[in-house]
Amino acid sequence: MKISKVAEILNAEIRCCEDRKDDEVCSACGSDMMSDVLAFVKDQAVLLTGLVNPQVIRTAEMMDMRCIVFVRSKQPTQEMLDLATQCGIVVMTSKRRMYEACGMLYVAGLNNLREA
Amino acid sequence: MSEPLVFTFDVDGENFTSAGEASVAMKKNLRMLGISPEAIRRVAIAMYEGEINMVIHAGGGKATVTVSSDAVKIILEDKGPGIANVELAMKEGFSTAPENIRNLGFGAGMGLPNMKKNADEMTVESTLGVGTTITMTVNI
Repeated sequence: MKISKVAEILNAEIRCCEDRKDDEVCSACGSDMMSDVLAFVKDQAVLLTGLVNPQVIRTAEMMDMRCIVFVRSKQPTQEMLDLATQCGIVVMTSKRRMYEACGMLYVAGLNNLREA
Repeated sequence: MSEPLVFTFDVDGENFTSAGEASVAMKKNLRMLGISPEAIRRVAIAMYEGEINMVIHAGGGKATVTVSSDAVKIILEDKGPGIANVELAMKEGFSTAPENIRNLGFGAGMGLPNMKKNADEMTVESTLGVGTTITMTVNI
């Protein structure tokens, strides 16, 4: 799925790195706990979160993620957007809540099914 | 590469916002050296977790990363309070992080176990009141 499609499904506003909106992503994860993202995530390209601080961007960068979706209308700071721009990570904001946003992307095909 | 390359970083313990800067810089260095993406990610995660720990618990410290032809060695040294029970600290879910750190998305008690998971070798030397030195090796 293209990142632009993620934005379209979530009616999200892209806040930085719009030039990368045609990049393809095939998996996602949703978490407000960066410790868990660092410990349990593998090969997920999109991070959905309601947590707003610069470590969200750094965590995504460490995990080689391509896109961060801030749910519940959470607004990243300019400092965070600058960091994301340096890392080439697309940041977007959506009014959707976490559960809705994850569900909408999942049914649209962003469903990285793996053995439980 | 014939001679090992050594990178050193001061980890600022005053500011949680800047935690991770050394890991981001090291990740870029490893990319430029042509190390495999999988090995880079393991180094980055292990070092980032360690850096966060140093900022949360020890007021910062020093990171020394040595890149040789077959491994990346990360040494994290701090002069913090030390770890009272290393075995307990290695358990998933055990955390002494304060509430304000948990509100920032960290302190789930996954840091040390995750460092161990991503490193091929890890040793923790800690003395109460003196500090902690963690040495991690990631084979490349």
